[in-house]
Amino acid sequence: MALAQSEVLAGLAEIVNDETGIATEAVQLEKSFTDDLDIDSISMMTIVVNAEDKFGVKIPDEEVKNLITVGDAVSFITAAQG
Amino acid sequence: MSSKIVVTGVGATTPLGGDVQSTWRALLAGESGISTLEQEWVARYEIPVTFAGQAKVPASEVLTPQEAKRLDPSSQFALIAAREAWADAGSPEVQPERLAVEYATGIGGVWTLLDAFDTLKERGPRRVLPMTVPMLMPNGPAAAIGMDIAARGGVRTAVSACASSTEAIANAITRLQSGEIDVVVAGGCEAGIHPLPIAAFAAMHALSRNNENPAAASRPYDTARDGFVMGEGAGALVLETEEHALARGAKIYAELVGGSVTSDAHHITAPDPEGTGAARAVLAALKQANAKIEDVVHINAHATSTPVGDIAEYTALRRVFGDHLDKIAVSATKSSTGHLLGGAGAIEAIFTILALKERTAPPTINLDNQDPAIPLDVVVSPRKLPDGPILAISNSFGFGGHNAVIAFRSYN
Repeated sequence: MALAQSEVLAGLAEIVNDETGIATEAVQLEKSFTDDLDIDSISMMTIVVNAEDKFGVKIPDEEVKNLITVGDAVSFITAAQG
Repeated sequence: MSSKIVVTGVGATTPLGGDVQSTWRALLAGESGISTLEQEWVARYEIPVTFAGQAKVPASEVLTPQEAKRLDPSSQFALIAAREAWADAGSPEVQPERLAVEYATGIGGVWTLLDAFDTLKERGPRRVLPMTVPMLMPNGPAAAIGMDIAARGGVRTAVSACASSTEAIANAITRLQSGEIDVVVAGGCEAGIHPLPIAAFAAMHALSRNNENPAAASRPYDTARDGFVMGEGAGALVLETEEHALARGAKIYAELVGGSVTSDAHHITAPDPEGTGAARAVLAALKQANAKIEDVVHINAHATSTPVGDIAEYTALRRVFGDHLDKIAVSATKSSTGHLLGGAGAIEAIFTILALKERTAPPTINLDNQDPAIPLDVVVSPRKLPDGPILAISNSFGFGGHNAVIAFRSYN
């Protein structure tokens, strides 16, 4: 069953926190993964794979470069859950 | 040596303690860091050796989860030891371009490599962590330290099995004498208490099988010795030119006066029974130190507790020192710590330095019946070393026929 956007955001924030130590409340929809959260490409790939596991979705490699902000990722995951 | 090199900081995490002081106190108290492994994989894989010297303080209790996540356990130990050494040295202000790292490992990131292969087999290539390569590479520990202290004068890794970290310390000498470098963080680490390395060392019958009494299993020079005991952890030294240390008012533990590396070209694992290569390494280190053999009062021996290795080292020492060997206090500290492989030389260098500074040779435990073929003056309880200028050496030998010896002199 698809999760609400807020639930996806909360789950994603936990994944980001686990990988980087960034506080969950700092992971907000408008934040850029690289410019605001200072997440490098290696951490980003780990976050993507963990998000796939957590939300049961597939995030193709070519899609990852389009996930600029946290909101982009939440929207993609929400849509992919259908 | 052109300019003197001094030790200004020490750090360690070992089976005896999470830092240098707790390790040293436990060593002097004659404690053993060896215990039965409680991990489920021991039974699952029917590992024939069920004990080891595990780090007394798990790295996860010291590092943040995010630091630990990006570092193989070997690098985690390395970072803990290096941070202690760096703080102990007073966090020296040094130009990054004149700060170097010489940091060793015997095996490298074996946990990372094998965990990643398990992940590949069970979950496919996409689940292999992107950090796998930097975590498993053997220069990973050195690189982690170099990033932590902003060392831009070169970060290198000696890999010569169980001689690795002594070789790294010897390599630091040439860096410091080049005139290009003021400070080097040197040492080594290992985190090999994983079912595969244990099974592999057991397969070559290198490990003690004393599963019933782990604390008595590492027993160098004893007639009942039956192999070494794996240990894990790390040691780190801050080495600098005397000029640099004095200019910043640093406390000085001891002087690093010599370091030599030779090779046997005899057999891939067996030591040269004549001890020729090991003897050459000792002599070269003493020559660098401008020392006479009579100056040596203490040896921290390699002494892993294998039947042939302990005798081969004795043969080499007798070859070098002749009758003077009988006047040298010999400590085999692997009896307490187990064998940290690529980290062994680093923690034993620290023991040698502290023995000189505190004028106390640490004990060798489990020596119940000394092998008559090894008539050394083995220290079995803490022993006072002479006053005045004194010199000590620390030996490390490794599979591949590697011999590495470093020499320290007391500093007043």
